[in-house]
Amino acid sequence: MTDSPPATTQLPAQSPPVDPAETEAAGAHATPSHAAATGRLSWWHGDSGEGARRNLALVGVLVALFAIGAATRSDLYSNPDWVWANMLSILKLASVVGVVTVGMTFVIIGGGIDLSVGAIVALAGVWCTTVATQSFGAGGMIFTAIVVGVAVGLVNGTLIAYGRLVPFIATLAMLVAARGLAAEISDKQTQISQNSTINGIASTNLLGIPVLVYILAAVVIAGWVLLNRTTFGRRTVAVGGNPEAARLAGIDVKRHTLLLYALSGLCCGIAAIMLTAQATSAQAGMANLYELDAIAAVIIGGTLLSGGRGTIIGSLLGVIIFATITNLFAINGLSIEAQNMVKGGIIVAAVLIQQVQFGSLSLFFRRNRLTTS
Amino acid sequence: MTQHSRRRLLFGGAAVGAGVLLSACTSNESSTPTEAQTKAADGGGNAEPGKQVTIGFSAPAESHGWIAAITNNAKAQAGAYSDVELKSVEAGADAAAQRAALSTLISQKPDVIVLLPFDGKELNSFGLEAMAAGIPVVNLDRAFPDAKAYRLQIKGDNYGMGVSAANFIAEQLKAKGVSNPVIAEIAGMDALELTQERTKGFNDTLAQHGLKVANRRAAEFTVDTGQREAAQLLQALPKIDAIWNHDDDQGVGVLAAISQANRNEFFMVGGAGSKKAMEDIQADNTVLKATVTYSPSMASSAISLARLIGQGRGMGDLVELQVPKEIVLASETITKENASDYMKLGF
Repeated sequence: MTDSPPATTQLPAQSPPVDPAETEAAGAHATPSHAAATGRLSWWHGDSGEGARRNLALVGVLVALFAIGAATRSDLYSNPDWVWANMLSILKLASVVGVVTVGMTFVIIGGGIDLSVGAIVALAGVWCTTVATQSFGAGGMIFTAIVVGVAVGLVNGTLIAYGRLVPFIATLAMLVAARGLAAEISDKQTQISQNSTINGIASTNLLGIPVLVYILAAVVIAGWVLLNRTTFGRRTVAVGGNPEAARLAGIDVKRHTLLLYALSGLCCGIAAIMLTAQATSAQAGMANLYELDAIAAVIIGGTLLSGGRGTIIGSLLGVIIFATITNLFAINGLSIEAQNMVKGGIIVAAVLIQQVQFGSLSLFFRRNRLTTS
Repeated sequence: MTQHSRRRLLFGGAAVGAGVLLSACTSNESSTPTEAQTKAADGGGNAEPGKQVTIGFSAPAESHGWIAAITNNAKAQAGAYSDVELKSVEAGADAAAQRAALSTLISQKPDVIVLLPFDGKELNSFGLEAMAAGIPVVNLDRAFPDAKAYRLQIKGDNYGMGVSAANFIAEQLKAKGVSNPVIAEIAGMDALELTQERTKGFNDTLAQHGLKVANRRAAEFTVDTGQREAAQLLQALPKIDAIWNHDDDQGVGVLAAISQANRNEFFMVGGAGSKKAMEDIQADNTVLKATVTYSPSMASSAISLARLIGQGRGMGDLVELQVPKEIVLASETITKENASDYMKLGF
C-alpha cells in the first residue's frame, strides 16, 4: 500500500539520467543498451518470465472481451454450437494477418520494420491467380506465391543490409512498387481463382477445425521454435538488441538481416494463398494496410519496436484480440468507425504500459542502429 | 570449388529458373469491351463523321474493376469514331496529382475534356478554369458542386441504387410472405459520399415498406474485405432473409464467405452490374438473385456526347440543337429474366 506512491514519484526522477545513455548509444561506442540487456536475459527463456506475465495479461483481455460479448448478446452466447462456430470464425479472421505477423515479429525483434507486407501479399496473390499460373494447378499457384513472397523479401533485405537503406524507407518504397506491379499484372481487374483445391483451403474443415487455423498454428509453432530454440533465433535477438556487439561476436549481421526480410516475405507468400482462398480471387488492392494490423499486433504483443526482445505468442494474442474486437462490433451491429477508435485506444494503452515498465521514451528512437554499423 | 560456392551456384540457378518461370506466369487474357458497349450510336445521323474532335480524358487509376472498365470503355468508344482523337492522361495517386496531370492536358488544347475526378469538390476549381478558358468539360460520375464548372454532367444514381435494391427485396419478401424479415447490408467504403447516398436510398425505401436493416457492415470495395465483413455479418445474424451488397467487385468475396459458411436461407442483391454477377444471376446457382446497375458504360456515353459537343451537334433523338446539361442514368434491376439483355454491359 505504502510502496506504490514512492514508485510513481520516482519515475520523473529517473528519466533525466536516461538521456546521457541515449546519446552514448547513438555514438560510435554503443554500449549494451537497456533493450539488449533485457534481450540477453530472455533470449533463451523466450516466452517465460516477463513475456509469460505479459501474455497472461493479454489472455485476460481476451477473456474480458468474451465476457462483454456474452453480456451484450446473451441470446447468441446461450447456444454452445454458435459460440464454438464464432470462436472458429474469429480464428479464421485472425489466420491471414496472424501468418504475416509471425514474419513481422522476427523483423522487428531483429531491429527492423517491414511496411511492405500488405503489398507483398497482394502481389503474390495476384501473381498466383493469373490465367497462366492457374494453368499449372494448385501446386503451381502455391509455388508462385511463395517464390514471389521470398523474392520480394530478398530485395527488401538486400536494399537494407547491403544497400544501407533505412528499413522504413526501403520497405515503404517496396509497398508502393509492389502494389504498382500487382496492378500492372492484373490490369486492375479482379482475378477469380478457378482452382477448387486452393479455394478449398478456406472452406474445408479437418476434425471440425478449419484448415486455415491449422496453417496458422503450424506457422506460429514453427516461428516459436525458430525464435526460441535455434541459433537463428538467438542471433535475431542479438542483432536487434545490439548490432555492433553481435558483429563483434562473429555474427554476419548483414546476411542475418537479409534472411529476416526473406522470412517475412515467405510468411506473406503463405498468407497470400490463404487470403486468395478465402476471397476465391485476388486483386491488387487486397490486404490493404495489413502492415499496420501486423505492426499493431506485434506491439501489443509486447515486442519492443526498437528490437532485441519479443515473443511470437504475444504477437499471436495481439492478432486474436484485434479479430475478437472486430467480431464483437459485428455481432452488436456497431459501426466500423467506433471499432477502429477502440483498436487505436488499445494500441496506445499497450504502448503506454510498455513505457511505464521500461521507464523510458527513448526506446522508440533506437531503431535502425544497423545502418550505423 | 568449395561446398559453399557449389551451394551458391545451386541456389543461384534455382533462383534464375524460378524467375524465368514466374515471368511467364504474368500473362492474362486481356478483356476488351464488347462491341455493343462501344459501337457508335445510330439513328438521327449522329454516327455520321463530322468535324475532327480532340477529347482529353482523365480518370483515377484505382485497382477496381469498375474504374478499369471506365477507362477501357472510354478508349474503345473513342476508337470507334473516325473523327475523334483521344488524349488520355494518367491521373496519378490523388486529387493533387490529377490536377497536375490535367494542367498538361489543357496545354495540349483539346476541344473537350472528359473528366472523372478523384473528388468532385476538390477538382471543381479545375472545371471552372477549363470552362473559363473555353474548353467544355464533361464531368463524369463524381459531380462538381458548381454548375458553372461543367458543360455536361453524366453520372450514375447512387441514391437510386438503394431505392431499386430495397424495392426488389421488399417485393420478394412480400411474395414469399415473410413476416419480420431480417435484412442485412454490406456497404462499400463508408468514408465516401456515394456509399452514404446508397445507404440512404436503401433505408428510406425500406422504411416506406415498413422494413429496416438489422445489421450493416462496410467493406472497402475489395474482394478480401468483402469476404471478411460478410463472414462477420453471417456470424452476427444466424438467420437472414435478404442481403444487399453495394458492389459486385467485393461481391466475389461476399459470395465466397457465404459458401464457406454453408448458408443459403436468404437471397442477395448486388450492385453495379459486373459480368461475373450477371453470370451468377443467370446460372441461378448462388444466393445472388439480382443486381442493381451502376454501369461503367457511362464512360462510353460521355465520349459520344463529348464528340457531339465538340462538333456543336445535338443528340439525334432530342429536338434541342445542343446536348443537354445533365444526365443521370437510371439504376436498373437485373434479374434472371433480363440478365441476357444486360450481359453486353457487364464489366
